[in-house]
Amino acid sequence: MAIPLIEFKNVTKRFGTKTVLDRVNLQIYEGEVTTIIGLSGSGKSVLLKQMIGLMKPEEGTILFRGKPLSEMKKKEIIASFAQMSYMFQDNALFDSMTVYENVALPLVETTNLGKAEIDRRVLARIEQTELGDAVHKYPSELSGGMQKRVALARALITDPRIVLFDEPTSGQDPVRKNAILTMIAQYQRKFGFTAILVSHEIPDVYFISNRILALYDRQIVFQGTPEELENFDHPFKDEVIYSLEALQKELSGLYSKRQFEILNRVQMKRKEMGEKYCVIIFALEELNEIIAKLGHDAAQEAIHAMGLYVDKHFGSLGGFSTRNRLNEFITMVPYSELADIQVVLQDFIKDFQEKGNNEIWALYRKLVPLGQCVDLSILAGVAQGRPFDEIDSVIESARSQQKEIGRLRCIERRREKR
Amino acid sequence: MAINETRQNRLENEKKQQEDILLLRPFTLIGRSVINGVNHLGAATIFLCLAITKIFGRKQLFKTLQQVYYIGARSMTIIMLVSLFTGMVLGLQSYHALVKFGAQGAVGSLVSLSLIMELGPVLTAIMITARAGSAIAAEIGIQRISEQIDALHTMQINPLQYLVSPKITAAFISFPLLTAVFDLVGIIGGYISGVILLGLNAGVYTHSVKAYVEISDITNGFTKAIVFALIVSTVCCYQGYFAHMRTDGRGAKAVGLATTSAVVISCVLILVSDYIVTSLLM
Repeated sequence: MAIPLIEFKNVTKRFGTKTVLDRVNLQIYEGEVTTIIGLSGSGKSVLLKQMIGLMKPEEGTILFRGKPLSEMKKKEIIASFAQMSYMFQDNALFDSMTVYENVALPLVETTNLGKAEIDRRVLARIEQTELGDAVHKYPSELSGGMQKRVALARALITDPRIVLFDEPTSGQDPVRKNAILTMIAQYQRKFGFTAILVSHEIPDVYFISNRILALYDRQIVFQGTPEELENFDHPFKDEVIYSLEALQKELSGLYSKRQFEILNRVQMKRKEMGEKYCVIIFALEELNEIIAKLGHDAAQEAIHAMGLYVDKHFGSLGGFSTRNRLNEFITMVPYSELADIQVVLQDFIKDFQEKGNNEIWALYRKLVPLGQCVDLSILAGVAQGRPFDEIDSVIESARSQQKEIGRLRCIERRREKR
Repeated sequence: MAINETRQNRLENEKKQQEDILLLRPFTLIGRSVINGVNHLGAATIFLCLAITKIFGRKQLFKTLQQVYYIGARSMTIIMLVSLFTGMVLGLQSYHALVKFGAQGAVGSLVSLSLIMELGPVLTAIMITARAGSAIAAEIGIQRISEQIDALHTMQINPLQYLVSPKITAAFISFPLLTAVFDLVGIIGGYISGVILLGLNAGVYTHSVKAYVEISDITNGFTKAIVFALIVSTVCCYQGYFAHMRTDGRGAKAVGLATTSAVVISCVLILVSDYIVTSLLM
């Protein structure tokens, strides 16, 4: 077993007489995205602040690459923390500095780089985080989402090995929340840092997380993959996950993966053996290109619109859907035949191409410079299953049959001028 | 019967204990305040020492110059205004007092010595406290409660080096310079009221300034200015830096209280230290 990057051994943190963390044990591994979930005020931020040395535990040991911080020399501690970056819940931007100055600050103060090199790095990071128009603006002149992106750009400017995100999506609307999570996942893959998140966004964080840590009643009650969390039996699930998932359904109209599976099981039990159902796997193929050219918000708009249209057409047949990967949806339609689904699929793609396309591009027109248009390919694969079939094998079968069923043509800005 | 007696004894004991507590309360409060005061004094001293060790850190020059502009140059107008009227009032009062003894020729020396040795350093320090000290406490306090100082920690930037040291250095530079301006403009104010408005001989006024003011008087005045710079910059930065640890308020209220404390404590310490320094220099 690899040595954990960060390990807590019986860590206790108190504020006066109040114990916030009680003998917490956890391991965080290098190169992974680890998300700490828990209710508000349960001590998630305190946990994160102890990792970067902003708070010290009353009892217990924090180990960095297997070595206790308490036994390290001051230089070693500084070197360890220098590999980390922290994105604050409320951004903690310097309000008397412009976006450029905020992002450049760590380079200006901690490196000997020349002005030209700092300019190059800062402007590149600003472009990557889609803040090109806000370089000379102050944080108070930016929206909440843009401020988050400035904080993210500042956290990544020194190319850290470990990035700690304290509620990176707090105060954002559902579309932007997913855009920020997508952005974190994309940067994590691109730059290869270890990401440690504190988040409420269940189940959205499951898509980007390798490991989940559940903080409940002052202790870490679960450590494992999102899939392992599905089978975890603990009061934490009732109190935290179920309530957050109910909220998620209310906000997006889509079910979480876990709800999807439960619904599937219930539907199957209701039927007699031998009755069929269909599984459809949808995917948006050029999502990465959209992110690269138009940004995460634009990509999120496409996913959101797609989710709404899938639900509109297949929901009326008793179908239910979940988002499986960043660009993939699974829809299950009970009591259905392949031929019926193919007809509905035709209707869906026609409707989505006519109305959905206009809706998406109406939102994009402000963002799309001439010549930067990206067409979106919609892939779909259908497979039929029976109640005794493993749902995973039916999903895999549908995925293997995926093919392009339609394209959302980009509407250039000049068309709007006509 | 026995139970009743025991209960009565217990009640009497409790009453006596409460009376004792009431009698001891003032001492408890005084003791607590003294312990608090000593704690803060110790913490502020360590804070100052740590900040001073970072004064010559890398890239400090530009930040220090910015603070000199903010604390020093931008305080110039108010310092000149206050010193002009202080000098004029001093000239007016001293003329009317000295004319009774036929010693109006000493107006120049009285005005200049009062300003250089006492009023210049003290009033300059108080004016800078009101103008820049309060702003320093509020600025650092807001940076503390909005986690900007924590953000500096996470970026491996020493907050004392980044925020506090340039302000302390700038105070060391600005206070004596502004005191010199105060003294000069104050003497001109005394000239306006004594010579131009009251008809005193100009030569007599300037001669009395030159004849009685010694270089030691000027260095004593500057010594005071440096001591006040140390006090004001430390108190204001310290109050802002630890605004989040106040027990009497949180958030914006804590910043407000920190700013008030910074101004009040600085002014009191200016006057107390003025007496101590004067008695040591005499």
